[in-house]
Amino acid sequence: MADTLQRTARLQKIVGADQVLTSPEDLLSYSFDGTAAMQQLPGVVVMVSSTEHVRDVLRLANELGCPVVTRGSGTGLSGGSLPVPNCIVLCTARMNRILEVDAANLTLMAEPGVTTQAIAEAAASVGLFYPPDPGSMKISTIGGNVAENSGGLRGLKYGVTRNYVMGLEVVLPDGEVLWTGNKCVKDVAGYSLRDLFIGSEGTLGVMTKVLLRLIPKPAAKRTLVATFDAMDRAAQTVSDIIAARIIPCTLEFLDRTTIHCVEDFAKVGLPLNCEALLLMETDGHPVVVAEEAAQMEAIARAQGCMEIRVAQTEAEAQQLSTARRSAFSALARLAPTTILEDATVPRSELARMIRFVAEVAKKYRLRVGTFGHMGDGNLHPTFLTDERNLDEMHRVEEAFKEIFEEAIRLGGTITGEHGVGLAKKSFLPRFAGDAQMRVLRELRKALDPSGLLNPGKMFDPAKGPA
Amino acid sequence: MSPPGRQSPLKGLDYSVVQQCMHCGLCLPTCPTYDATKLERNSPRGRIALMRAVADDRLTPSKAFAEEMYFCLGCLACMTACPAGVNYAELFENARAEAEQSGVLDSPRRTLLRTLVLKWLFGDLRRLRFVGALLRFYQRWGLQAFVRRSGVLRLMPPRLQELEAMTPVVQPRVSSQLIAPLTPAQGTRRFRVAVLTGCAQDLMFSDVNRDTVEVLARNGCEVFTPARQVCCGSLHAHNGELDQARDQARRQIDLLPPDQFDAIITNAAGCGSHLKHYSALLSDDPRYAQLAKAWDGKVKDIHEWLAMIGIEPPQGRLNPESRVTYHEACHLCHGQKITTQPRQVLRAVPGVTLVELPESTWCCGSAGIYNLIQPEMAGQLLDRKVGHILSTEVDTVATGNPGCLLQVRQGMSQRGKAVRVVHPVTLLAEAYRRERA
Repeated sequence: MADTLQRTARLQKIVGADQVLTSPEDLLSYSFDGTAAMQQLPGVVVMVSSTEHVRDVLRLANELGCPVVTRGSGTGLSGGSLPVPNCIVLCTARMNRILEVDAANLTLMAEPGVTTQAIAEAAASVGLFYPPDPGSMKISTIGGNVAENSGGLRGLKYGVTRNYVMGLEVVLPDGEVLWTGNKCVKDVAGYSLRDLFIGSEGTLGVMTKVLLRLIPKPAAKRTLVATFDAMDRAAQTVSDIIAARIIPCTLEFLDRTTIHCVEDFAKVGLPLNCEALLLMETDGHPVVVAEEAAQMEAIARAQGCMEIRVAQTEAEAQQLSTARRSAFSALARLAPTTILEDATVPRSELARMIRFVAEVAKKYRLRVGTFGHMGDGNLHPTFLTDERNLDEMHRVEEAFKEIFEEAIRLGGTITGEHGVGLAKKSFLPRFAGDAQMRVLRELRKALDPSGLLNPGKMFDPAKGPA
Repeated sequence: MSPPGRQSPLKGLDYSVVQQCMHCGLCLPTCPTYDATKLERNSPRGRIALMRAVADDRLTPSKAFAEEMYFCLGCLACMTACPAGVNYAELFENARAEAEQSGVLDSPRRTLLRTLVLKWLFGDLRRLRFVGALLRFYQRWGLQAFVRRSGVLRLMPPRLQELEAMTPVVQPRVSSQLIAPLTPAQGTRRFRVAVLTGCAQDLMFSDVNRDTVEVLARNGCEVFTPARQVCCGSLHAHNGELDQARDQARRQIDLLPPDQFDAIITNAAGCGSHLKHYSALLSDDPRYAQLAKAWDGKVKDIHEWLAMIGIEPPQGRLNPESRVTYHEACHLCHGQKITTQPRQVLRAVPGVTLVELPESTWCCGSAGIYNLIQPEMAGQLLDRKVGHILSTEVDTVATGNPGCLLQVRQGMSQRGKAVRVVHPVTLLAEAYRRERA
């Protein structure tokens, strides 16, 4: 108790009294992130607003041997920002300034608490484009995106967050401040530490500035929606599009269950009589866009699609992708607990994986809604359950085990874009293998010898004496 | 304050309502209080977590819990944003009821004030009219001007000075002095409707009520407007007095049996949003449950109804012509999902150029009595709203709720801006009146 009071007092000295939250009401509000069925109260929450704050909080945490969990908007889906017992939650939501938009070098510098949407808007305001667009982009923070190496709907053509990070300011676990990267397109001086911190899930340091790469805004865009009476036809359409050497910026699919939920919420006129829906988007030079859109339409028709609709206006296109982004949350209309995963397979194995998910759901008597990024093989099978139904929750767990096993067998991965965190921690060793696990552990130990940052996430330290 | 052993409102809720939030966070960017503080507790997701903790017995309703529930505007922007379909309105009303029942906010002064306002003043609208008449006397006979000039106010606490400055202007006549109990339809009678004159609306905006009745009659509706009406109970439901809200609902239904009308019309967004949910409020009442269902189906916001029946194009034209922007009352756009219909009404008025307002669905800070109990937050929101309105360079702002009308008017007059703030129906009524000119 005395220790806790002392910790609070010292934190208050660093950030100011009203920026340290300790009331039960505050702690409860930070006891979860976007992940289903996980909850843990923190010891204290600190609202930081500068690199110096972060540095001083980490120095204090070292002195007190107190774990630190970094959090932005708390929209993560693998439990990455879930508190650990008695930890300091270091919240960066108020570090939300865009520091610079450099149109000459096509870069943008931001603090970690800026939302992805605000980054995209700042880029667009000078005719530039920041492509990564995770489902929660309206509120997810760029710091969280970098820490999780988030993907989104445009991954197929434009890649993921990693492809747009040029530099980082990171406060290391001992409080030292490090800069890695710069505005140069080419830079091979030393190991790419920047790449080490991207996707490190808050275990290696706390990012306090992010330097992002922007690209010119595509001159034209066309959005199409095609519906199918069988999922296989949708999957085959995707394979045929790729085989035709077309890389659209978006190739998203929704299954029947998901379509109904999304339409119920978004009311954008999605057809409800189909088994699968493809949302396709191509962007770039107007001539190329027109040609690719026509080709994609022809391919979908050749696969016997039921109906194809072309968005007539930018607003309509926007509505459709916003509706798609709501898929995960909209599925919660059907059940109290929605558990979603992001198993990912090579594109060529996609149709097989989708069939497998359906079989597993049947085997374990579970309701499932599946949607995701068909173009890049990133699936989001979402089980609809109730966390109070322990038997069903157990069956969900078993089902996911089989899905992950199959994903690995097909040459895929246990997580395409949500991160390992707590949700997939137990699957990582099997996926990564002994050699990778050894290097992962040694790297983490080298940077965070006391294990203060996000302990218990991603993987545990090696057992036995170090 | 509450009798022992009474059922906790939050625990009494169907657990599926409490459990519906899957904490994805998509509500956060639409919440005005979260936007201002970036504190999770001040967000819908955070508040729901607290409500669920109370329902689960992991948290006893505390002063901080209660204050948080009163820091929420109740604007329901989160409900528009929520893909999972969480019924925040129901959670919010029950959370405030929980706060009241626990007595954590009780003080002799607060209890007296609540009894005076919720039970006495709004329990019988004759009393409200009486207080309105006193206020009118104060304003009319130069007393207000005298008091303001005299400097007496400076001797009062700053809060009271602010409140005095906010006293709305009471109309010279209440609705029943302007509107006959039965107004015949012009031309062929197509519908028979009732008009609710409201409580604050009746004192401050009896002219809007008159305009509403005129517009309805002009569009083929025979309009029934009882002289003596009751408060719809929205004020009570939003302030933790669900039992009294139920009582008001029963009296309302008794006064206007739904089977006698094609529609029951309200022109106040805050009332409409509440009036349409009597069936949820009275679901456990064997005598009223069925009636309440019928009632919900008949309640229509004036814009919604006009769009449904089709607006007769006015032959008259606004003079002078007017550049108008539309501010969306939260309880129209979020509470009732009515967004296109008021714009339809405005576009139907010859001489109106409609200019879209940036952030038109962001709360103006009025939020029932929020501007009285949370002046700081309300002031911030008003500044933001006024800034957007001025950016549109309009001469008129239209909005469909008395609270918003008062709040935005005050924002404009504080800044010395000569922008007219009116109900959309008023503009339509003016165009119809010019037909006769």
